[in-house]
Amino acid sequence: MGNASSMLTQYDIEEVQEHCNYLFSQQEIVSLYERFCQLDRSAKGFISEDEFLSIPEFSLNPLSKRLLRMVDGLNFKDFVSFLSTFSAKASVQQKIELIFKVYDIDGKGKVTFKDLVEVLRDQTGSFMTEEQRERVITNVLEEAGYTRDCTLSLEDFTRIIDHPGLKMEVEVPID
Amino acid sequence: MATSSVAGDIELDRPNLEDYLPSDSLPQEFPRNLHLRDLLDISPVLTEAAGAIVDDSFTRCFKSNSPEPWNWNIYLFPLWCLGVVIRYGILFPLRGLTLLVGWLAFFAAFFPVHFLLKGQKMRSKIERKLVEMMCSVFVASWTGVIKYHGPRPSTRPHQVFVANHTSMIDFIILEQMTAFAVIMQKHPGWVGFIQKTILESVGCIWFNRNDLKDREVVAKKLRDHVQHPDSNPLLIFPEGTCVNNQYTVMFKKGAFELGCAVCPIAIKYNKIFVDAFWNSKKQSFTMHLVRLMTSWAVVCDVWYLEPQYLRDGETAIEFAERVRDMIAARAGLKKVPWDGYLKHNRPSPKHTEEKQRIFADSVLRRLEES
Repeated sequence: MGNASSMLTQYDIEEVQEHCNYLFSQQEIVSLYERFCQLDRSAKGFISEDEFLSIPEFSLNPLSKRLLRMVDGLNFKDFVSFLSTFSAKASVQQKIELIFKVYDIDGKGKVTFKDLVEVLRDQTGSFMTEEQRERVITNVLEEAGYTRDCTLSLEDFTRIIDHPGLKMEVEVPID
Repeated sequence: MATSSVAGDIELDRPNLEDYLPSDSLPQEFPRNLHLRDLLDISPVLTEAAGAIVDDSFTRCFKSNSPEPWNWNIYLFPLWCLGVVIRYGILFPLRGLTLLVGWLAFFAAFFPVHFLLKGQKMRSKIERKLVEMMCSVFVASWTGVIKYHGPRPSTRPHQVFVANHTSMIDFIILEQMTAFAVIMQKHPGWVGFIQKTILESVGCIWFNRNDLKDREVVAKKLRDHVQHPDSNPLLIFPEGTCVNNQYTVMFKKGAFELGCAVCPIAIKYNKIFVDAFWNSKKQSFTMHLVRLMTSWAVVCDVWYLEPQYLRDGETAIEFAERVRDMIAARAGLKKVPWDGYLKHNRPSPKHTEEKQRIFADSVLRRLEES
């Protein structure tokens, strides 16, 4: 019954810390490692899609399938690096970049009208028709001075959603 | 493909999650007109998802807590080693022997009674006593130090006992005082053998939690059982799964729909020597027993609480929650809004749909306004 935290040496922790730009304290990393091992039930060194979905609170999330494409199969270092965006120490810019990546899931560097519709589809499911979704997005785009043929770059994105109310923080529990 | 439809149809008595969740966990409504920013800013949903990845109340319910190590010190270490020698070298064989002798005596008495006294009233009485005795032998095999508080349940119809569930040993601990008829999941191996041959004689009912038909049959058996004047008191673990004795998951409402008195039982284990939580995914029941038998003792408190009745205008779910409150308060457990069966199945897509509906409603309303 080895204690999971004892398997991380000081070097390991420092390496991970560097990898996530020191957004997590050493204690937080130890906690995250325990959590990682707990989720990685068959101890393969990464968390599979099925294991992520075994967390009911995650699997109920409307965007879980989209997020899975970003987190599926991450090793511990990348797992921490993904979560570090949600640290209170992470910059607003970093958080916005993550939101951008959720939209731009195939990594082409820009968000198209189609991407916007897709995310809205995940969020509203069968409770809006495809037509309504397109109308909503066209409306808000035009109101903000874009058209439906525009693509949004990261800069556009930042300009649109950067505001002081943006709060995307998750606290890592430390026992 | 993640939320399979199979999960949907077996949830016959699954309560609605929204009835339990605090209202602030649902998406917030925006007061103003809809702007591009509101639509693009998916940070609340992402925060929720990341929060669940970092920590979630459901997984916490089933985490085994290893006892605090105290042998780290050079002075304490030899003492600890001595303890290991005593526990494994002396206590364990002695306890194994007790168990063996107990079983032999039990079988020697049980089978003649079972087959020779067929159809006589005496039979069930003797069998009841024998099962109680066997459970005492089990408790002795882990030096169970068990304090019972409150009046001991007596055999009479129209009452059902509900308790929080940590391990199958809950049943043994309760059974040694009163021969309950219990509703339990069917098990494979030697536990299944005991279930089929012996425990059926005290009126226990077995079912497979994933079989819809089974559950209908069980519901009917339950109703018949509580009405019958001669049957043993009924014991149900409404959580439907073992929880680590620090949390309590949602109660299945079946036990609360029988229209009779519900007597709560709170069970709290002291983790001083061993964690009594049975993590059935990691450990077989045999290994679980071995772990208990190699520890110094199993320390535990059992409280028999006041019988409760369905109040006017109360639904079965509200009633179940009220009883859960009582047990949680007495045993010092934290309540979480999860269904224990999620250990085996994915949550039904219904709950995601509810979130989608609320979000869609707010978008549509604001679309019309602008």
